[in-house]
Amino acid sequence: MAKSIDVSDLSIYYGKFCAVQGVSLTIEPRSVTAFIGPSGCGKSSVLRTLNRMHEVVPGAWSSGKVLLDGEDIYSPSVDPVNVRRAIGMVFQKPNPFPTMSIYDNVAAGLKLQGRRPRRELDEIVERSLRAANLWEEVKDRLERPGAGLSGGQQQRLCIARAIAVEPEVLLMDEPCSALDPISTLAIEDLIEQLKEHYTIVIVTHNMQQAARVSDRTGFFNLAGVGQPGRLIEIDNTQRIFSNPAEKATEDYISGRFG
Amino acid sequence: MSDEQPPIEEVLATLAPAPAPLSTGRSVRPGDRIFAVLSGGASLTLLLIIALIAAFLLYRSIPAVRADTTNFLTTSAWFPDSTPSTFGIAALAWGTLLSSLIALVLAVPVAVGTALFIAHFAPRRLAQPLAYLVDLLAAVPSVIYGLWGLFFLVPQMVGLQTWLADHLGWFPLFSVGSGSTFKQTMLNAGVVLAVMILPIISAVTREVFLQVPRDHVEAAQALGATRWEVIRLAVLPFGRPGIISASMLGLGRALGETVAIALVLSTNYVISWKILEPGGNTFAANIALQYGYAADLGTNALIASGLVLFVITLVVNIVARGVIARRREFAGAAG
Repeated sequence: MAKSIDVSDLSIYYGKFCAVQGVSLTIEPRSVTAFIGPSGCGKSSVLRTLNRMHEVVPGAWSSGKVLLDGEDIYSPSVDPVNVRRAIGMVFQKPNPFPTMSIYDNVAAGLKLQGRRPRRELDEIVERSLRAANLWEEVKDRLERPGAGLSGGQQQRLCIARAIAVEPEVLLMDEPCSALDPISTLAIEDLIEQLKEHYTIVIVTHNMQQAARVSDRTGFFNLAGVGQPGRLIEIDNTQRIFSNPAEKATEDYISGRFG
Repeated sequence: MSDEQPPIEEVLATLAPAPAPLSTGRSVRPGDRIFAVLSGGASLTLLLIIALIAAFLLYRSIPAVRADTTNFLTTSAWFPDSTPSTFGIAALAWGTLLSSLIALVLAVPVAVGTALFIAHFAPRRLAQPLAYLVDLLAAVPSVIYGLWGLFFLVPQMVGLQTWLADHLGWFPLFSVGSGSTFKQTMLNAGVVLAVMILPIISAVTREVFLQVPRDHVEAAQALGATRWEVIRLAVLPFGRPGIISASMLGLGRALGETVAIALVLSTNYVISWKILEPGGNTFAANIALQYGYAADLGTNALIASGLVLFVITLVVNIVARGVIARRREFAGAAG
């Protein structure tokens, strides 16, 4: 569990439009890396290239290298389905399967990997829900629909679903932007705990959140409308928020932007 | 940034016009009221028409059922104009349900498969013309399907049905007495009906499959689901009520189909499982074929059978609604 990611000279395109250009970065195992930057700077696109989810958008493609513990996930012999099994993802809007119960939602990924005895499934579902700090709230209603939970609970359900398959890496695309402050705090606490076992990359619009949860922070920016986004700098979170190397980063985090 | 900014009130004043007074003396706008009356009236008219149809059918049926000397529901024979008048809808109901059931069993898997292919597998350049073609098929008049069935399909089906009777004849459905011609059989009628209802089922399910929210699909993809698994996890569960509604729509069309059945089936009033033997009849085909010869009581008897068809269609729709509603809490947005 928990692998490192090496990105070198990654560019992302939608058709002919170059959305992100020349991103290189390294993500250590068992760390939290936050991507921050203004809307449209390509931070979500970069996140989605890390588990080959960006290519499900028609016309999207990329160049450059993404290595998972040294293995190129874009090598022609690699099946994107396997990449996504190894690198889990949590989305901006909580998206439990609406027709499934809480239990089946957590077990959904496991069932894709083949049949398991019910007892083993029970164990993994409980462990995942506990790891997502949701077990106490739902243990008496596992057969109820997952869509009946509150927004914050749904998002923790999605996290439980993602970690049930024990991925190497967990990607989170603005996981708290649709949640209230209390649910946000619950997710942030959870990220802190999950860090012990997983490599986590989180995209956030909330700079306090990046400062609170991450070990390293990458700042993305774009020169103007129609220009590709770029990684301006990536460094220890403390350094980014106290003494960044680039002026653009300082302007952005201090709110003096543009 | 400029140093001399005007006070915020002045800026706002240039942006927004003076607010309209809240009270206009009326609490309902006339446009809203007119629209409410129009749309309400339209739906009331619809209900009224259905009620009138039911009342008409009932009014004309009662004399026929009264004159019937046998049980109207359990008798197979159809001699309303003879004395004593003996007729019943048992064989008609049987034939109607059996042929429609065959049609559904054959059409739904193909229709859902076609819809899935168009909505989630076909490359875009192929999907558009294919979808258009399916929609076009839905618009072909039923008499065309009937003629096609009679002159093309029926001769083509002889081989297949002979094979079925030879190899699967031990199965009651496919057993035949000696000397079946394999021509005007229930299976042929079912196949023609299947072809007729396929486009409508496919078109409706395709629309539903296209509306599967992207986050459901991405949720499955992010778990490492293959294409088929995405369909199983996200597309089919979301589309299930749509598949049921579409099937019921198709079933409704199959139950009421007249011309194609009248052309393909050699009608008689028997109740039989043997779908490879000629014979059987349906409500609609019986009405179409008998109407010209029927005397007063015969006409009323046909209308009585129409009433039964009306009720069956109604029940089918209610059952379908029930199936869809049963799992509603699992069906969509947060409750």
